[in-house]
Amino acid sequence: MFSNCSDPDLLDGLAWVACYLTNGKHLVAYTSFGTVLLLLAITAPISLAFGFGGAIAARSRIAPLRWFGQAYTAIVRGVPDILFFLFFVIALDQAFEWMRHQAFCPNWVEPIRQGNDFVVCTAAKLPLSTSPQWVHEVYGFLLAVLTFAIVFGAFAANVLFGAMRAVPVAQIETAQAYGMTERQSFWRILVPQMWVFALPGLSNLWLILVKATPLLFLLGVEDIVYWARELGGTKGQIFAYPHPDWRLWYFLGLLVFYLALTQVSEVVLRRLSIRLSRGQATFAGEAQRKAAA
Amino acid sequence: MECLDTIADYGLRSIGIGERLLPRSDFTLCQQITLIGSGLLWNIYFGVLALASGFFLAIALAVGKAAKSPLIRKPCVWFIFVFRGSPLFIQFFLAYEAFVLLPKEGIEIFGITTETRWLTRAWAGALMVLFLNTSAYTAEIFYGALRSVPKGDLEAADAYGLSGWTRFRKIVWPTMMRLAWPSYTNEAIFLFHATTLVFFSSFPAWQQKGDALYYANYFADKTFNPFVPYPIVAIYFILLTLVVIGVFNLMNRYLNRHLPGQAKRIRYRPQVIR
Repeated sequence: MFSNCSDPDLLDGLAWVACYLTNGKHLVAYTSFGTVLLLLAITAPISLAFGFGGAIAARSRIAPLRWFGQAYTAIVRGVPDILFFLFFVIALDQAFEWMRHQAFCPNWVEPIRQGNDFVVCTAAKLPLSTSPQWVHEVYGFLLAVLTFAIVFGAFAANVLFGAMRAVPVAQIETAQAYGMTERQSFWRILVPQMWVFALPGLSNLWLILVKATPLLFLLGVEDIVYWARELGGTKGQIFAYPHPDWRLWYFLGLLVFYLALTQVSEVVLRRLSIRLSRGQATFAGEAQRKAAA
Repeated sequence: MECLDTIADYGLRSIGIGERLLPRSDFTLCQQITLIGSGLLWNIYFGVLALASGFFLAIALAVGKAAKSPLIRKPCVWFIFVFRGSPLFIQFFLAYEAFVLLPKEGIEIFGITTETRWLTRAWAGALMVLFLNTSAYTAEIFYGALRSVPKGDLEAADAYGLSGWTRFRKIVWPTMMRLAWPSYTNEAIFLFHATTLVFFSSFPAWQQKGDALYYANYFADKTFNPFVPYPIVAIYFILLTLVVIGVFNLMNRYLNRHLPGQAKRIRYRPQVIR
C-alpha cells in the first residue's frame, strides 16, 4: 500500500507494523468485517419478517397453520441454536438441489441417495460446477443468511407473539366498537402498538444475533474468525512478514470489535426505547409525560 | 441382539471406554443413537460443573457489583461486561490460544512447578471458559435480583439488629435466590446449549472423544445426510432441557416452601433469550 513497503526486510519498528497491517492479505481480511456487518444488515430484517409471519401463523384460526406457527416458535427453546446452523446449511443445500433435480432432470432413474452419497444430475448442482469462484462464495453466504434468518425468525416469532398478546384487549375492543374489521384493527391498532412491548425482547435478540455472527465460520464462510486464524498463525522466514504465533492478539482484536459492537448497539437501542415509549400508555411513557409536564 | 453389542462397544466411547475405532461405514440407527448419547455425557459434565462452580463466583460478582467502593465494583462490572458483551465462541478461541502459549514445562509458582498442559485440553480449558462465562451471565441475573430485594425486608433486618454477614446470609441472600430463580433456570438451559460449542472452537477432540454434536457432525459428514443425526441430538437436548427444568423446579419449590400457596410448582415460562 505504502511506497516504502516494497522491501519488508529493511523495515523495522512502526514502519514494519504499518506495512504489515496494510499488506494484501490484511486488506482482504478487513473486508470480512464488512461481511459480518452485511450479514447483520440482511439477516435482521429477514428474520423480523419470518418472526412476524410465524407470530401471525401461531395466532391463526386455521388449525394446521396455527400448529405450524407454534411448532416453529417452540422448537428453538429446547435445542441449541448451533445445531440448527449445522443442520440447515446442509439441509437447505440438499433441498434446493433436490428441487432443481426434479425440475431439470425428470428422466433420471437412479436414486438420489446412494449409500453415503447425495447424487443429483449435473444440471441441478448448486452452484453449477462451471460457475466462477465468486458465485460459490455468494451462494455459501446466502445459505448462511437463510439459516440465520430461519433460526432468529423463530426467536423473533416468540417475542412478537408475546408482544401482540401484551397489547391491551380494550384497544382491540374499541376498534371493533368503531366498526373496524379484524384486518383493519390488526394493522391499524395492534401492529403499531405492539412494538413498544416487543422492543426489550427484540433488543436482546439483536445482541444475541451480533454474538452469533462468529458462527459464520462454522458455516464455511471466510469471516473474521477464519482470517484471524489464517493471519495469526506462525509465519516462517519464507513469508514477507515472518512472525511467531499471533493468533491470541488477533482474537483479542475480535473481542474488542464485538465489545464495541454490542456497546454501540445497547446505546442505540436505549435511545430507540425512549423514542418508542413516547405517548404510550406504559410506565415509561407515563414517566416521560410527567417529566415534561 | 446386535444393538446391545453396539451399546456395549460405544455406550461410553466418548470417555474412552470400549471400541477404539469409530464406525466408518454402514452406519446403523442404533450406532448413531448410542454414540451421540455417549457424547451427551460431555455436555452434562461441562454443564453441571460450570453451573455448580459458577454459582458461587456469580454471587460474589453480584455482591461486588452492588458494592459502594469502586475498587471492588469496577473489576466486577468489567468482568461481567467483557464476558456478556462478547461471543462465547470468540472467548473459546481466545482462551485456547492463550493456554497454548503457556510454557510447556509448566509455570513456577513459589518454587512449585505447575503443569499447564491440561489447560489446552477441552475437559479443563473449555470448562474454565464456560465457568467464567456463566458466572458473568448469572451474576447479572443475581445483581438484578439483589437490587429488587424489598426495602421492608432490609429495614426489618436492621430493626432486629442484624447486620453484615448475618443480614446477608439470613435475609438478603434467600430473597435474592427466590427472585432470581426463574431467570437462573433459563440461564442453566442456555449453558447446557452452549456446551455444544466446545469441540467446534479450537479445543481438539482428543482421540475422537467428543460431545453429542461432535459425533452428530461426524455422522453427517460421513453419510452426507443431516436428517438423521441432528434430529437425534435435538431429541437428546429436549430431554436434557426437561430434566434441567424439573430439577430447578424442585429447588424452586424448596426455596418457596414457607410461602402459602406458592409451594406448588410454578409454571415455568421458558424465555428464548439468554
